[in-house]
Amino acid sequence: MSTASTCATRCSWWDHVTPALKDPISAVTQAFLADPCPYKINLGVGAYRDDEGKPVVLQCVREAEAKIEASNFLESTSTALSSKLVEESAKLVYGEDSDVIKEKRFAGIPALSGTGACRLFAEFQKRFYPESRIYLPDPTWSNHRNIWREVHVPDRTFRYYHPDSKSLNFMALMDDVKNAPDGSFFLLHPCAHNPTGVDPTDEQWREISSLFKVKNHFPFFDVAYQGFASGDVEGDAKAIRIFLEDGHSIGCAQSFSKNMGLYGHRVGVLSVLCNDKIQAMAINSQLQQISRTMYGSPPIHGISIVSKILSDPDIKAIWLKEVKVYLVSSFFFRFCTLFDFHYYKDDWTDSLSIISKCYKVMATRIHRMRVILREALERLESPLNWQHITNQVGMFCFSGLNRAEVYLLEKEFHIYMTPDGRISMAGVTTKNVDYLANAIHEVTACDQDAKILHNTDAYKINTDIRFTSLGTSKTRARGMNLAL
Amino acid sequence: MASSVLSLASATPSASLSSHEIEKGKLNLGNSSLCFKKEKTNPFMKTKSVGRISMAVASNVSRFEAITMAPPDPILGVSEAFKADNHELKLNLGVGAYRTEELQPYVLDVVKKADKLLLEKGENREYLPIEGLAAFNKVTAELLFGADNPVIKQQRVATVQGLSGTGSLRLAAALIERYFSGAKVLISSPTWGNHKNIFNDARVPWSEYRYYDPKTVGLDFEGMIADIKAAPEGSFILLHGCAHNPTGIDPTPEQWETIADVIQEKNHIPFFDIAYQGFASGSLDADASSVRMFVARGMEVIAAQSYSKNLGLYAERIGAINVVCSSSDAAARVKSQLKRIARPMYSNPPVHGARIVASIVGDATLFKEWNAEMEMMAGRIMNVRQKLFDSLSSKDKSGKDWSFVLKQIGMFSFTGLNKAQCDNMTNKWHVYMTKDGRISLAGLSLAKCEYLADAIIDSYHNVS
Repeated sequence: MSTASTCATRCSWWDHVTPALKDPISAVTQAFLADPCPYKINLGVGAYRDDEGKPVVLQCVREAEAKIEASNFLESTSTALSSKLVEESAKLVYGEDSDVIKEKRFAGIPALSGTGACRLFAEFQKRFYPESRIYLPDPTWSNHRNIWREVHVPDRTFRYYHPDSKSLNFMALMDDVKNAPDGSFFLLHPCAHNPTGVDPTDEQWREISSLFKVKNHFPFFDVAYQGFASGDVEGDAKAIRIFLEDGHSIGCAQSFSKNMGLYGHRVGVLSVLCNDKIQAMAINSQLQQISRTMYGSPPIHGISIVSKILSDPDIKAIWLKEVKVYLVSSFFFRFCTLFDFHYYKDDWTDSLSIISKCYKVMATRIHRMRVILREALERLESPLNWQHITNQVGMFCFSGLNRAEVYLLEKEFHIYMTPDGRISMAGVTTKNVDYLANAIHEVTACDQDAKILHNTDAYKINTDIRFTSLGTSKTRARGMNLAL
Repeated sequence: MASSVLSLASATPSASLSSHEIEKGKLNLGNSSLCFKKEKTNPFMKTKSVGRISMAVASNVSRFEAITMAPPDPILGVSEAFKADNHELKLNLGVGAYRTEELQPYVLDVVKKADKLLLEKGENREYLPIEGLAAFNKVTAELLFGADNPVIKQQRVATVQGLSGTGSLRLAAALIERYFSGAKVLISSPTWGNHKNIFNDARVPWSEYRYYDPKTVGLDFEGMIADIKAAPEGSFILLHGCAHNPTGIDPTPEQWETIADVIQEKNHIPFFDIAYQGFASGSLDADASSVRMFVARGMEVIAAQSYSKNLGLYAERIGAINVVCSSSDAAARVKSQLKRIARPMYSNPPVHGARIVASIVGDATLFKEWNAEMEMMAGRIMNVRQKLFDSLSSKDKSGKDWSFVLKQIGMFSFTGLNKAQCDNMTNKWHVYMTKDGRISLAGLSLAKCEYLADAIIDSYHNVS
């Protein structure tokens, strides 16, 4: 029995609420923002930056917005726009000419970017396959685990990254896929794997797809970087097209955060392939129901921008150029790396100035930074092998730095990245790349043992694992199991 | 909900698939063409896999065969039926979206201005922090509690931007599920249809407290108090801050005090859903008085806000969840946990709607203009209520008391019509409404009041 006068002295209802552990990725940004050092570098969150370190609003986005009737959204227009978004997004990822599109054999719903699409799928999976699990690559984006855990779907990992070679551990991957119970749900990154940047080759994808067919596994693709990985939207969807060729009925979470720079607008799509239109309607109705109790529907502003960009041929052409790596320039890069052709930023600019002047080319800049960073480390005569910087693809580089080194980089050099050593290449600019290379060299080359540590046991084992993973090796990389 | 999320990729369902479609299994993509039969073979059939030879193996049975159609949403279903009707006198009083006298959707002038300003500013599209836009969180809490409220000054409010009312309610529901395992939420009978769905999906148990009295077409106050008293101690009581949806019936200030007494007595937590601040009386401050009264008593309060109606930002999904705690430390901890819930749901909230609200509420001129537009919108509804009441009173000679039309407040009115009578409204008079007898006055024009009065009188008296 309490009255108004004793209310203030009463304990709070919330005494038992403990402070939540910070999200590892946004915690990096927060720490960065709090740092007063003028030459600090943020290599945490995967948001594209130009060479000045500034966020970029794509020209295609500005053009799309100009064409949209500002805030004139009738409910009927909202519905039509949502349908348009789903339709165009499906064409983008499955291919305009695919049978799936022609026969409309897919269910689709706008979602709150990639996170929202994964969450909708996880809820859907739990609802209709309550006993199922999700197999996640080891490592993967840290939020994947949160998402499936939130809906009480247990996760397992399959081996993916080989810390020694800093490349794909293909044999182990195939082994784990084979050993998983038939009909398991797998989450795959079709391109620009986050956080490693390591992707299977086309041939490896074909073998994975074959094995999936035999095992009748369900492939769920998290498509966060279509167009952003190689600059070619079609090429970046190759893995998905391979699975489609093999007749898999897949699910796809698409995000337009990176490839259209629409991070804050939360635009994405969840699609699920099915047998026919009738089933598509049924699945749509279920997905709609799930989203209605979570947030209603995604915001129309982002939906209208993306649907405009994808459906207006002129604006779409601008978009494709803005993400694109030109065949000439990408060939040039590979040529240079292949033959150890050393060049410095000025030489490059001179050589390709005619082409590069015309457009903002996001993937090119990222790739260029990879080359420059690697070269800088090699010039410093770092004892370590930094090939992975240019071998890996997409926005991130899994540097191989261990936690101690990451900590030093933060404390001594004011360089911020996630504890697993993942570097967002978008945060590297021509102005800070030398400083970054020097810092990395300092923290890795000082110790004789650093080389051994660096190459074999780069990652601490996270003891907070609630589920055991496939395989028995205790020294497998655990980049995904961050402090949560 | 005004905006539908349905994104039907397919056009119309085919009644039956041709055998050709069923047999078809040939895909030609690029330079590899594979042929396989779409038979209903055992999907778990194993064969030895050597490279890509084993293509003739497992069939492509969808794993989602067993999925049935979800039932249609009752509120949005009304709009769909309305669209399909070709009668010239048809009237849509279903979904609660504001319409002008000409029955057109209304985009507020302040919103157009704010939108234009944003476009000119050309701001970046970076991720918001998980808790949302700081400028928005600041102004939304001030709008609800009053800028000078001690709880704000003492930093005792955990505010997190949410996706309109729905999203904010869901965040709170997840918090309750996590930290008050087994605790119940009490919702009014009736209440907005999506409330129970939200709590169901969040796995929070709920039960109802009496609210609507069909005999008086008013508040069953005694029933409400009794049910709140009877609930297990430490329950969450979901209250509509103003303009109750669907009835339009709000407690009087004195009744609110009694409700607060009982809640304190039973150690319950008041959980406000404020979807119509400004829309009830026309005054943003006046409509927040119930919440402010609870807070002034020193109670810890949860409050979900929505800008869908009062700023017409339905489609942008902008709202907030506020938890008023007894200490700033508790508020900080609660906020961190709300963020933890949001991260695996959508990572961070959308930026556009937040910027619009922040620029309107944060700018003195725009805020003043908004107040004026708010008064105009609420005023139109009050005028329509008056006209409807006048029409009903003059046309109906039976002596029935229609004054509830005037007593009720906000966008909605509970007419007291039963399902059969509602069906008559639709089938005979082409007036679309929800089957619980709710009409949305926001969809009614002065010009149509007389027609509606005729329809209501006919349905009430001639149908049972």
